[in-house]
Amino acid sequence: MTTPEAPAGAYLDHAATTPMSRAALEAYVAEAGRAGNASSLHSAGRAARRAVEESRESVAASLGARPSEVIFTAGGTEADNLAIKGIFWGRRRTDPRRTRVLVSAVEHHAVLDPAFWLAGHAGAEIVLLPVDGDGRVDLAALRAELVAHGDEVALVSVMWANNEVGTLQPVRDVVRLAHQHGVPVHTDAVQAVGQVEVDFAASGVDALTVTGHKLGGPLGVGALLARRDLPIEAVLHGGGQERGVRSGTLDAPAIRAFAVALAEAVAARPERAATLAALRDALVAGVRAADPEAVLRGPEPAPFPAGGPGEVPARLPGNAHFTFPGAEGDSLLYLLDSAGVQASTGSACQAGVPQPSHVLLAMGVPELDARGALRFTLGATSTRDDVARLLAALPQVVERARAAGLVTGAVRAGGAA
Amino acid sequence: MRVLAAMSGGVDSAVAAALAVEAGHDVVGVHMALSRNRDQFRTGSRGCCSIEDAGDARRAADVLGIPYYVWDLSERFEETVVADFLSEYEAGRTPNPCVRCNEHIKFEALLDKATALGFDAVATGHYARVVTHEGPDGTVSRELHRSPNAEKDQSYVLAVMGPDRLTRAMFPLGGFASKAEVRAEAERRGLSVSAKPDSYDICFVADGDTRGFLRDRLGSRPGEVVDTDGNVVGDHDGAYAFTVGQRKGLGLGRPAADGRARYVVDVQTSSNTVVVGPAELLSVDRVAAGQAVWITAPHEHADGAWLDDVEVQVRAHGAPVPARARATTAADGSPSIDVELTGRPLRGVAAGQSLVVYRGTRVLGQGTVARAWRA
Repeated sequence: MTTPEAPAGAYLDHAATTPMSRAALEAYVAEAGRAGNASSLHSAGRAARRAVEESRESVAASLGARPSEVIFTAGGTEADNLAIKGIFWGRRRTDPRRTRVLVSAVEHHAVLDPAFWLAGHAGAEIVLLPVDGDGRVDLAALRAELVAHGDEVALVSVMWANNEVGTLQPVRDVVRLAHQHGVPVHTDAVQAVGQVEVDFAASGVDALTVTGHKLGGPLGVGALLARRDLPIEAVLHGGGQERGVRSGTLDAPAIRAFAVALAEAVAARPERAATLAALRDALVAGVRAADPEAVLRGPEPAPFPAGGPGEVPARLPGNAHFTFPGAEGDSLLYLLDSAGVQASTGSACQAGVPQPSHVLLAMGVPELDARGALRFTLGATSTRDDVARLLAALPQVVERARAAGLVTGAVRAGGAA
Repeated sequence: MRVLAAMSGGVDSAVAAALAVEAGHDVVGVHMALSRNRDQFRTGSRGCCSIEDAGDARRAADVLGIPYYVWDLSERFEETVVADFLSEYEAGRTPNPCVRCNEHIKFEALLDKATALGFDAVATGHYARVVTHEGPDGTVSRELHRSPNAEKDQSYVLAVMGPDRLTRAMFPLGGFASKAEVRAEAERRGLSVSAKPDSYDICFVADGDTRGFLRDRLGSRPGEVVDTDGNVVGDHDGAYAFTVGQRKGLGLGRPAADGRARYVVDVQTSSNTVVVGPAELLSVDRVAAGQAVWITAPHEHADGAWLDDVEVQVRAHGAPVPARARATTAADGSPSIDVELTGRPLRGVAAGQSLVVYRGTRVLGQGTVARAWRA
């Protein structure tokens, strides 16, 4: 079997997806070679069921949850949809007044869009919680909202770590405030797991999203961890799998590979995070040296691990995010790609058209600056050579992109924006 | 060469990109997003601006194995092409937005950005030929010529780009004699757009309803339709929506006294009046065009010197007519073109239309019609 590897060139987009680990790929192939529906009662079905249940126990152990709290899904987007819609409907069933959904303004679209869908189709009221200049949610705003409307709130959703700028959110503080008002908390921890310590029980959250392909597992598999006492309605109806909350034949090969990758990522985390943070610090210093005008977005990285034991860093160890004034993200992306460096603007596209990032705009970054955003994210296969390749290409890339920005008017409004 | 292939999602630009790749160039595909509000653009199969078209362009780039990007030029498109379209109609003229798109978007915004990013040329799926001549002193001059495919020839809408930009433009379909050949080339390469229908309408006007688009953007401005004697013969919702030479859609309740067909012969936006009259009033043999651009060496269009034995064309699919033309300078100092028709007259030439001067297949110059009259 071939060992999985990062795409050719300097691959600095691990937050988009990261290569599968060898152990996960082997587990996937081994399980995929067996036929068996985990819902069948015969021996083939029992074998598949056993693989799924062992994986469930492993996932639970890796994340500080109980096996019965693990609901397997087809990835992070499905888990986020199940959390937002399922908890909203579950809470409203028991108390029809609870129509408010509180989400941070920097959530991934997999959280924001189901929330706004509920607003359009199910009478939900969405409250976007503001963030500070580093992208950290405003706890005072959350508190004020809970004090004013606590008995109308269905749920709060605040991500563990932001996918664009890597900011870690004060999830425990969010939980403490929300629970004072009897409001459950969901957190999208897709970017956090494997990079920082994530313990479901210790965090106090009621539901947590995790996905396979961001931590060395396969695409198309993930889980929602949900406390058993959390009212949650099904989004997918059918055969009644996953305690009736998520129907669909269980994807035993993907689930097994996901569990293997997750266990590996969690075990490797302390050492890997330190390695990534050192690489990231070199990247940040190098970019700043290459272009003094580049602005790091998100919190300044603290020495890693931060402070004493138990203290969490301010941003993900594998994330660096910059805006390059006067340059457009798509020009930077193209020029880096032709120099063999793969990065991302970090924000969502509409039919390939980069939109100014809602995360940066929520952080107060002017729209013109937000157009020149680039996200570099590191992972298990990242090396010093990857960073060196970026830094070697960057000065010319930024210069060219700025020249192109001048002719297209990207800087037309100058400092006016 | 590093070549940027502009890919609309249609068959022509996909084959043009393929030919650039096969010619050995280092090709990157770029789809231009021209509307921010993409659902306002039609999503049918004939457009060049829908999300489906962007997907078709991406798929074609995948098949060709070239990188693909979407560049957002929607702001520039709105500020130049759409704004010009509205202000020209509002001033009672008849603009050609495809000419303005080539002028401001494809061969300015796109070409300049491409140049700044290190590309040597932009390749498009236009049907026109570039002929290169090397002079005795080694200097290279380029001429723009009609496509051998008379039905698809697009030299008319390209003339506006002028000589400098022509040096950085590639038209790989220039030699194709028929669209069927281009479709066959697409099919041979496994490009799924091979059977996609052609687009004809204005890409930003949904359903081809230009009058509806103008009404939405400019508002209703009711006024009178009068005959050449000043008698009121009808009313309208906005003089801007009428074009000199127009016969249909005048909404005149009763027939003319003499029973003959009536045409728009003048659009007077200052008084918001549409003037109608008989066909013979539309017949012109003199045209003055402004904003002149020449794709010739300076000595070939010396100011005031008549160029005999040329033809002029005033519509994208109109027939060229024999004429003589000369470069002049308008009162405000801007370059202009004077035209005298030497054969049959033209009918219904509206201000705002693009006028292109040809000699045989070669494009000599282009201007925007300012005035047309009968000598």
